[in-house]
Amino acid sequence: MHRMTKLKRSWELYLLVFLPVLYLIVFKYIPMGGVIIAFKQYNVIDGILNSPWVGFRHFQTFFESPNFWLLIKNTLLISLYSLAAGFPVPIILALALNEIRNGLFKRSVQMVTYAPHFISTVIMVSIVILMLTPHVGVVERLMGFLGLPATNFMGLPQFFKSIYVWSGVWQDMGYASIIYIAALSGVDPSLYEAARMDGASRLRKIMHIDIPAIIPISIILLILNMGGLLSVGFEKIFLMQNPLNVSASEVISTYVYKVGLLGANFSFATAVGLFNSVVNLMLLILVNQIARKTSETSLW
Amino acid sequence: MFRKNTIKDSLGDRIFMLCIYLFLIIVLCAVLYPLLFIISSSFSSSRAVVSGSVWLFPVDFTTRAYAAIFNSKQIMMGYYNSIVYMVFGTMINLLFTVLIAYPLSQKHFYGRGVVMTMMMATVFFGGGLIPDYLLVKNLGLLDTRWALWLPGAFGVFNVIVARTFFQTSIPPEMQEAAQIDGCGDTRYLVSIVLPLSKPILAVMTLFYAVGHWNAFFSALIYLRSEELFPLQYVLRNILILNATDPEMMAASTQEMRDQGFQQVLKYAVIVAASLPVLLIYPFVQRHFVKGVMIGSLKG
Repeated sequence: MHRMTKLKRSWELYLLVFLPVLYLIVFKYIPMGGVIIAFKQYNVIDGILNSPWVGFRHFQTFFESPNFWLLIKNTLLISLYSLAAGFPVPIILALALNEIRNGLFKRSVQMVTYAPHFISTVIMVSIVILMLTPHVGVVERLMGFLGLPATNFMGLPQFFKSIYVWSGVWQDMGYASIIYIAALSGVDPSLYEAARMDGASRLRKIMHIDIPAIIPISIILLILNMGGLLSVGFEKIFLMQNPLNVSASEVISTYVYKVGLLGANFSFATAVGLFNSVVNLMLLILVNQIARKTSETSLW
Repeated sequence: MFRKNTIKDSLGDRIFMLCIYLFLIIVLCAVLYPLLFIISSSFSSSRAVVSGSVWLFPVDFTTRAYAAIFNSKQIMMGYYNSIVYMVFGTMINLLFTVLIAYPLSQKHFYGRGVVMTMMMATVFFGGGLIPDYLLVKNLGLLDTRWALWLPGAFGVFNVIVARTFFQTSIPPEMQEAAQIDGCGDTRYLVSIVLPLSKPILAVMTLFYAVGHWNAFFSALIYLRSEELFPLQYVLRNILILNATDPEMMAASTQEMRDQGFQQVLKYAVIVAASLPVLLIYPFVQRHFVKGVMIGSLKG
């Protein structure tokens, strides 16, 4: 009886939620079911359901291919490097901004550092390439100033990861700092007053008040980042890739695009993608467990 | 730096503050300089750009590169397409976001947990590139504008932001009063909740609109016809693959048709393409900061 009245009362809500739920089923859950082609030999004529099963053959081919370790290495290195540089910089920026009183300078720093976040990936990569073009790019000219030889940065595999990571830091440090600034603005001012009365230096106030205040949110972001260790954003890598640096820049997502969509090897590419998402999911669960055991803060 | 406090800053603290200011000034310059350099280069002559005499301000000020952009059918077509994708895409996004966020914010919605779990699961696991592609293909959306509108009809993050806003910023007494007067959920949503949610709707409009304007990936995998390409796709051809539109060069004289003018053109294209976003940015900046905070701290 109680359930019936509840259902009756919310019929309008079901009407409202119908379209979004339909969307979730069609555009999210049907592709999730579509991963079965990773265990099949998909061909267009038989379609997803009627193509013959092949078991784990595509996974085996992938694990045994010479590309496997190169892809894993590149993907992991780029992720870890991004995390090592991209995680602390916004925190440092937020802590520094928090030390300054609200004023024109603080607002200008915030406004300018947030802005690059809204530049599209295509434009961002173009800027990087233009800056690094031999002889005309501004970085090249600065190096010429210092007497260093002209270098084709985009063509040398050993520079690829650094260019990728530090241009990312340049673009997103400001925007990523917002969340920490918000957490810092929630600190009880009486804590600062008490610390001041006790004669604590600014550095010690940061160490003992500010950093503990942002630890919960940092852990959540760290968990989410760890869950994505094997999923480096496709767009930027793909756009920065060229035949000369491909040995350092080929990652799982670009590989899936090439063998899957360009090579029309749908089943194999789906298997590679599925392997990728399963590892990501396991990493996320693992890191979340560790965080729950050690720090009270976790996603679930 | 020299604050009027009851307790004066110690020498150590003053040096510390000096370091913080220095650090922030370096960060400010490091972010600002490349942006200024690009704008200045786009207004300089090709000779100045190639010879490397542009450092901070335009040298031999000229707007020739911008004139060339207006002559490029490709870029103008890209602009038009991107505006179409952005306007209708954002409208679809807002509609779907409100339609799912409002029921999720209602305690009397039986099945709320199921819908919530169903939505959150998609954040952590998805079919992947190929199953997504095959779905769009089987639905017959390949190479149509719908391929850029439907697959991302709403963002989970934005739904959480909107739901949290509906839950926390609209007094529940209002709903009780409306219910007693016989007002159903739909009417309550349209005539009370939405008018009260203008700030959050503005933030979401910005997030979605910028997302559509900057999108490149869906165009890369779903579109084949040149007349459907959004601006970002056209830009990639010009800026990264170095395929210059012959019409852009047609307006230039022989002497300009060198590598130098191509270089200036690239800078100008970058500025012209980022302009819409960077123009509205200062006006909405404080709103999206609010949006990030609602989504992260209370979500």
